[in-house]
This record gives sequence, structure tokens and C-alpha cells, in this order.
Amino acid sequence: MKSPIYLDNNATTPVDPRVLEAMLPYFREKFGNAASRNHPFGWEAEEAVDKAREQVASVIGASAKEIVWTSGATESNNIAIKGTARMYRDKGRHIITQTTEHKAVLDPCKYLEQEGWQVTVLSVPKSGRIHMDELKAAIRPDTVLISIMFGNNEIGTVQPIPEIGALCKQKGILFHTDATQAFGKVPIDVEDMGIDLLSASAHKVYGPKGVGCLYVRRRAPRVRCEPVLHGGGHERGMRSGTLNVPGIVGFGAAAAIAKDEMAAESARLATLRDRLWTGLSTQLNEIYRNGDPVHSLPGTLNVSFSYVEGESLMMGFSNIAVSSGSACTSASLEPSYVLKALGVGDDLAHSSIRFSLGRFNTADEIEQAASQVVSTVRRLREMSPLAEMVAEGIDPRSVEWAHH
Amino acid sequence: MAYSEKILDHYSNPRNIGALDRGDARVGTGVVGAPECGDVMKLQIKIDENHRIVDAKFKTFGCGSAIASSSLATEWVKGKTLDEALQIKNTDIVRELALPPVKIHCSVLAEDAIRAAIADVQRKNGMVAGSQPAQASTGQQPAGAQ
Repeated sequence: MKSPIYLDNNATTPVDPRVLEAMLPYFREKFGNAASRNHPFGWEAEEAVDKAREQVASVIGASAKEIVWTSGATESNNIAIKGTARMYRDKGRHIITQTTEHKAVLDPCKYLEQEGWQVTVLSVPKSGRIHMDELKAAIRPDTVLISIMFGNNEIGTVQPIPEIGALCKQKGILFHTDATQAFGKVPIDVEDMGIDLLSASAHKVYGPKGVGCLYVRRRAPRVRCEPVLHGGGHERGMRSGTLNVPGIVGFGAAAAIAKDEMAAESARLATLRDRLWTGLSTQLNEIYRNGDPVHSLPGTLNVSFSYVEGESLMMGFSNIAVSSGSACTSASLEPSYVLKALGVGDDLAHSSIRFSLGRFNTADEIEQAASQVVSTVRRLREMSPLAEMVAEGIDPRSVEWAHH
Repeated sequence: MAYSEKILDHYSNPRNIGALDRGDARVGTGVVGAPECGDVMKLQIKIDENHRIVDAKFKTFGCGSAIASSSLATEWVKGKTLDEALQIKNTDIVRELALPPVKIHCSVLAEDAIRAAIADVQRKNGMVAGSQPAQASTGQQPAGAQ
């Protein structure tokens, strides 16, 4: 079987061969523990970790000392949210976030709620971009942290990060952003953007799985986090545990490549993404693009195809790897909460497909994908009772459905 | 999740897609499910004078398992009397298609669709109908819904 066209790069990315090459020695001859201070094995590992720290910091305009290595963005988000909340518990116990955040932000916030914190979860308009005036209005004297993601994993919407950063500085509130999808893909500068804490993950930028980082600002203000894991006091006490040296080296190499190629690559991806949307929207009626077409990650396209269900669509183009907001792809039987937060109806959430393009996709693949999607949508609409109703002049929304 | 061969076969080569004439007294139509739930099945049967099902058609909005369940249902009801068709249980569909637990509701929906179509044709022909499963209704006449 021909290997499918991979258009699920927001889920994960393949390791770039250049990254793998950089990592390999650190599994074999350079296997030392970066915390071993008394022999060359340790020094070698520490040196490699320090270099990676520089490489990762440089992508976001930070200094190397401000990077804390973690196992991935979920852990980074947990440290950023629970760690700062606990550290500053005497200053205030109110946190602000918004509905389309990843569960790795929402669930730590929910957890803190049980522990006595108060959390405001802002709703978003159809574009998925928060309204600054609503954010301003939600701020209270006891607000200690605002956590708003950089770019959304499902719809690609990029939030007004510099505006949020400026507001937080003005109000003396810490600003955390989950930049898992944006890191290495769009320009980020923690100084210009007023970011105090930032989460990123290696495997979304052609690095290995199992390694991520948390940027923690060191001055103006000096941000402190209580650890989530207690132990040997690694990473300035914020994250104990022996460093994943090969993974960190890989993250560093991946970051350096992403930075070097960012301008050209993001332009290329945006062009491919626009070509995919044009290919679909000129050949199919009743399809809708979810999210903000202007403020968007370059490679993400989320589309609802009326009258056909997402999982059956994905079965139809078995030669393309994508993901869907349909409930049928999850165990929960609930469609995407992100799309619901935008006000997309449950029916269209069930009909949604996320295409996320990446470094190794070609223009030829995008054309093949568009043509397969078009033919599958047409075939499934032929057998859709909803499409039939519409053809007969009945709006399925006017029907009183018997829910089961 | 990997699909069974049979689900893939019904999905790729669905049996009996299409529509029967709702105006025909010998045609019964069942529409079950809801778009917000991610699946809607329309199943139609046509009976002869002996109340034997001579034709069946379906259209389904839903996942691959929902499409396969309704495709299989049309295959199974053909040639059966109404009473025989009422004996088809969702568990038979689960077994035949090797549906995973999270997809059992697709088989339930297919059984409901069979029952709704039978109830509809019984009503049209003044036969005594059994209990009717819930199905879509509207002020206007939607596709197949009564």
C-alpha cells in the first residue's frame, strides 16, 4: 500500500533527518548524565544541553537561562499554571483563560478551581480570537495569571498576543501562553510580546516526542514557579529529573532549523494551505472554513463539509491522514469543544476535517488530497439523507429530530 | 481504530443506496437519529401483497459503522416478512460487523430504522402496528418522515 499523504502535522511531525543525526551520538558514545559534574561524560552532556538551551531560547528571543526542560507541552502548561498559582497564592487566586485552550491548560485550571482558586474562562467569537475588551473586563484585583494560547491546534487561530502581553504588564499580571503550535512556525519574541511564561514541544517542530520546554522570565519580573515534580532540584528547582539529553539535543537542532527556515517555510505553507482551500471551495458547495482566515497559523485549515460526517469522510480518503472534530473519532461521543466554542453547530462540528500541513508536504500532495476530498464528499452526499432533504427544499434544521 | 473487513466492505460498496417513492402505499419510511448527534439514517422498505419485503433502500449521514449498519439492515430485511424483519436485533448487527463497543449505538439506530419503516408501512395499510420508535417529525413533509 502506498504510504498515505500526511496532513496531520498539528498532531505530530516526523523527526527531521538532520535532527535525528544530531541526536544519535547522545544515545551511544555521549550517553552521560548532564548532572554528572565530575567526569567528561557529564561535561559533554551538559555542554550539549546548554547549546540546545541557546538554540531553543533564540527562537523566542529569550535567554538560555530562562528555558526549563520538560517532557512536553502538557507538563510545561501544568508547571506554568499550577506552579505560578501556588507560588503566588497569597497575592491572589484568580486566573483567566479562554474556551478554546488545549485541555492541558483547561484541566490544570479546573484542578485549581477544586483547590479554591477562581477561574474565568472567556468565550470567543466565531473567529476564535478573544475580544480584548472582554479580557480587560474580566481582570480583578486578585487576578494573578492570564493563560491564552498563541495559536490554536484545531482551527489555527492566532490570538492577539502582543496586546495581551501589554495589558498584563500594565496590570502587573503574569502572562502564560501555550505556544505548542506556534513555536518555530511564526515569529515570537517574549520581550516585544510581554510573555512571562511560554510552553513549547519538540515533536510539533520536527523534533522527537517526549521533550518540551517552559520559558520562565528571569527579570522584569522574575517569575517563580513551585515545582510539580519534586526531586533532585534540576532546572533551577522547577523541574526535577535527569535530563533527556538526546531529546533535548533534538529539540535544539529542530529549533535551530525552524528558526533558519521560518520565513520561507511559513510563506510556502500558507500558499499550499490557500491552494487547498481554493481547490475545495471552488469544487464543492456548502463548505465552511472554521477559524480566522487572517490571523492564522500558516499550515492549518479546518473545514466543515455540510451533510457528511467527518469520520466517514476520513474513511473515504484513506490515503490522506487528517483529523476530525467529529464525535465518532473520539470515545466521548461529543464533537469538538473548540468548534462548539466558536458557535459552530453540532451538525457542522461532526462534519469537520482539520488539514494541518507541514515541512514535508508537496504541492503535488495537496492537489491529490484536494481531489480525493472532493470525490469523497460528493460520493457521501449522494447517500446523505440530509443532502436529499435540502435537494427537496427542506431545511434539516427545521426538522424536529428525535434525539437518541 | 481499525475497522473490520465487513465494515470496510459495506462502506466502500454500500448495498441498496437510494430512495423509494414515499407516495407508494406499499413503501414504508423510517428516519431516525439527529444531525447534532452525528448520525441520521433513512431506511425504506417496499412490501408485496403478502407483506413480504421486496425492496429496501437507505441513505445515511454518519460514520462508517453507521453506513455499514444501515447497508447491512437493507440487505437483511429484503425477502423477509414484516414479522421476520422485526426479529432483527441490533446485537445481530454488532456480531456480523464486529462493531466495537463505542459503535454499538450505530446498530441500535439501524434496528430503530427498520422498526420505524415497518411501523410506517403498517400505518399506511391499516395494519396493527407495534410500538413505534421515536423518529423525526416536522410540520412539513421531510424526506420520508411522517
